[in-house]
Amino acid sequence: MTTQLFGQPVERREDPRLLRGEGRYVDDLGRSAAAAAFVRSPHAHARVLDVDVTGALNVDGLLAVYTFEDLPERVAQPLPLLIPHPALTHPRTQYALARDEINHVGEAVVMVVATDRYRAEDAAERVAVTYEPLAPVVGLEQSEAARTLVHADVPGNRGAHMVQQVGDAPAAIAAAPHRLDFRLDIERSASTPLEGRGVYARWDAQDDSLRVYSSTQTPTGVRAAIAAILELADAKVEVIAPDVGGGFGVKIMHPWPEEILVPWAARTLGREVKWTEDRREHFVAANHERAQEQHVSVGFDDEGRILGLDVTFLHDHGAYTPYGIIVPIITSTQLPGPYRLPAYRVEFSSLYTNTVAVTPYRGAGRPQGVFAMERTVDRIAAHLGLDRTEVRARNFVLPDEMPYDLGLIFQDGRPAIYDSGDFPESLRMLKELIDWDGFTAVRAAAAAEGRRLGIGLGCYVEGTGVGPYEGGHVHVETNGRVMVSTGLSTQGQGHETVFAQIVATELGVPMADVHVTTGDTRRFGYAVGTFASRAAVMSGNAIALAARSVRAKAVKVAADALEANPDDMEIVDGVVRVKGSPADAIPLRQVAVLSNPLRYSFSEEAKAATQFAAPADPDEPPIPRGEAPGLESRDYYSPIRSTFANGMHAVIVEVDPDTAEVKVLRYAVVHDCGNLINPRIVEGQIHGGVAQGVAGALYERMAYDEHGQLLNASFMDFLMPYATEVPRIETAHLQTPSPLNPLGIKGAGEAGVIPGAAAIAAAIEDAEGYPIMRMPLSPDDLFRLRREHAEEAAS
Amino acid sequence: MSAEHLHDLTLTVNGVPHPVSVPARRLLSDALRHDIGLTGTHVGCEHGVCGCCTVLLDGQPVRSCLMFAVSARGHEITTVEGLAGPGGELNAVQRAFQECHGLQCGFCTPGFLMTVTALLAENPSPTEDEVVEGISGNLCRCTGYQNIVASVHRAAALMTDGAGEPRP
Repeated sequence: MTTQLFGQPVERREDPRLLRGEGRYVDDLGRSAAAAAFVRSPHAHARVLDVDVTGALNVDGLLAVYTFEDLPERVAQPLPLLIPHPALTHPRTQYALARDEINHVGEAVVMVVATDRYRAEDAAERVAVTYEPLAPVVGLEQSEAARTLVHADVPGNRGAHMVQQVGDAPAAIAAAPHRLDFRLDIERSASTPLEGRGVYARWDAQDDSLRVYSSTQTPTGVRAAIAAILELADAKVEVIAPDVGGGFGVKIMHPWPEEILVPWAARTLGREVKWTEDRREHFVAANHERAQEQHVSVGFDDEGRILGLDVTFLHDHGAYTPYGIIVPIITSTQLPGPYRLPAYRVEFSSLYTNTVAVTPYRGAGRPQGVFAMERTVDRIAAHLGLDRTEVRARNFVLPDEMPYDLGLIFQDGRPAIYDSGDFPESLRMLKELIDWDGFTAVRAAAAAEGRRLGIGLGCYVEGTGVGPYEGGHVHVETNGRVMVSTGLSTQGQGHETVFAQIVATELGVPMADVHVTTGDTRRFGYAVGTFASRAAVMSGNAIALAARSVRAKAVKVAADALEANPDDMEIVDGVVRVKGSPADAIPLRQVAVLSNPLRYSFSEEAKAATQFAAPADPDEPPIPRGEAPGLESRDYYSPIRSTFANGMHAVIVEVDPDTAEVKVLRYAVVHDCGNLINPRIVEGQIHGGVAQGVAGALYERMAYDEHGQLLNASFMDFLMPYATEVPRIETAHLQTPSPLNPLGIKGAGEAGVIPGAAAIAAAIEDAEGYPIMRMPLSPDDLFRLRREHAEEAAS
Repeated sequence: MSAEHLHDLTLTVNGVPHPVSVPARRLLSDALRHDIGLTGTHVGCEHGVCGCCTVLLDGQPVRSCLMFAVSARGHEITTVEGLAGPGGELNAVQRAFQECHGLQCGFCTPGFLMTVTALLAENPSPTEDEVVEGISGNLCRCTGYQNIVASVHRAAALMTDGAGEPRP
């Protein structure tokens, strides 16, 4: 029997391979490849005066040393601006190797290639670079003050400035019965996958072609960039994302300098070249995210209903803007969350600093926006003495208002319109899950033991599944294997499993027969990439549509063969049969044979498709007009606009009265991403996201000093949580299907991280009794805040 | 700079002797991965913090990125490739990770499997706290650890049921 696999918590297909140590990550490939290493700037802002490579030249095993001067004209151009935007008036991107100016610690200056990595690093450390240090710009306040410029030709350090508004927020705030104004701050963090970046390139001189393996979230994007910059035909460049050891956003950035330089070196040297990023390189040369300074003004009535919200924020985009201003745009447009804002104005300036560039990290600007909105709602509740959940409920967009148009333009250039969701029901579920109303007693009981507890919550809406499109290919082979491919790549989301579930369900075949390939341009050349919680929505629907076409074709071919009515046919367990008459059946593998009219037989089964095997209409061509041979189909899903998932988190924390340590006692999640393809995988995504949310709230920050040195560029000092720091996560699901796509699904990948900082700040605030206006919060930070508030209270 | 002096030695990995010729500075992790070709052992930080490169040395978990290959001479090394049965059948720890969705991208997984193998060999029925403590030297960025903790309990249960012994 064919099971309805869509929606089932089936075990993952990729696991046995990964559990046996048979995963293939970039550095597992190319044992005989030469190794690249990079000389990177130790200065945050400097002029390169001289590069002397002579010390490196006698290193045993050295193959090449490349500086900017060695690069051919096209490779020596600034790297692409991936997402131009009219508001990004002063975009700047880096050179593959620094030309004359350094803009952050870690910027690549020289590439060395040697027979192995040890020797490449020996040579790299013998290259002498002479720098003229310049005054660095670190942090938003320094950047905004603009006494020093990051790029001499960018006035005010301002790369972009953008305003969006709905209604007249300043007027609404001025006229409101109550008004609050405050500032919020969020520090830097980063994706920090356990596998860093890596590139392995094989140049085939006989074939004049290039194959590149990259640990990327977008192999098609990397291919397009390499083909353009190395001036090769697309068809001569193959890019494959093999197993990828986590991405979380940072690997959607492309092309990295290394993704151009390593293939270029492979072609230049005529041999395989590989570069595997080390951990320190990842901290100082792979992109970061998060840092913003936000100024909020809000006007509201006596019941806590928001009448106007005006947010101005500064966004630190680091030294360059290769990914445009997607992050602050998302902050701007996702800030309203589940609330009806009669008047909303948001203005941001995106500023240069002499630090690593900022591009999306899971959540991609939403954690910042949610922090602003949720802190605002909590301030309103505190001001009016109302329950925080009540103020939220009074401001919710209601189910009967869906679809709800925010009046803003989203990151895909299309209107931000919520397609579905039931926020009151989500809140009810969350209150029940965490026992919100029972917390007063819990708190009192703890207080009796000298313990200090607090509760908080955070709500968000997340635009997922952004376009423009993804595609899927489904092919039933004559051996019965169902080969499925899609162009976007996988970094642990279980795509081999969920896409197989979709195909097994749509086509009526056992899941064991379905084989999924992702992220390989040899198999599927048109794709956008894995980001914005879009893979399941985009590729899932494309694959479903392709599977439906294959099903229709299979039924038609089988109906012809069985002389049955196609409307009476079904496919069960890989067999096409007449409903109610299981004897009138033909296996899909045989249908696959028949779908391809043959001149030459290759097996017993194939004989049936040869030209003398069966009588045919002599007046019709063997392949009917408009059809194609083979039981296969390719289809695309291109949505009109994004689909909006949502969720709410509640947290109970305990703060240590002496050490100011924060411990998360309970963490509850209500999540609505429409129909679930595989609840087990969705839960896993939520868990991982929450861990990163907790990390961003309590542990992780990029600690730059005033010189632009990253002080904690190692796992010794950057406090990524271990099992001892992540709380147990309790989850509940609401499923309001998306009306926008055939499967009714919404994205789930990023959700878990989004409201973490907001909810934990709220809980700490509740425990401590004074406002928490910045994140992350270390015990040291909290201790200082306590002392400040105690001093204020005393004076 | 002249060519490096190479040391000829035999590394015993998963019961199989592997002759290698390596410079003194060659890390055990690199020798396993690049000289012997056992790439299941991963390298996540090269400073002994993430635990991805954990292997067993005479049954004890060690960070193979903090050890030179020449120091492993004469020791029995077990890597993730040594866990499954001869036909590739998953052992109890591996099965538990699959059943409990204890892995996502799979990069940290070999290190966790080796750590958990040693943990359960020492303590076949750990408490919740002992499990959390036992895996608290390994970083995972994907799972939030909850399903890894569940996997360890599940592995303990599978092994107690006699459904499978951890190898070695």
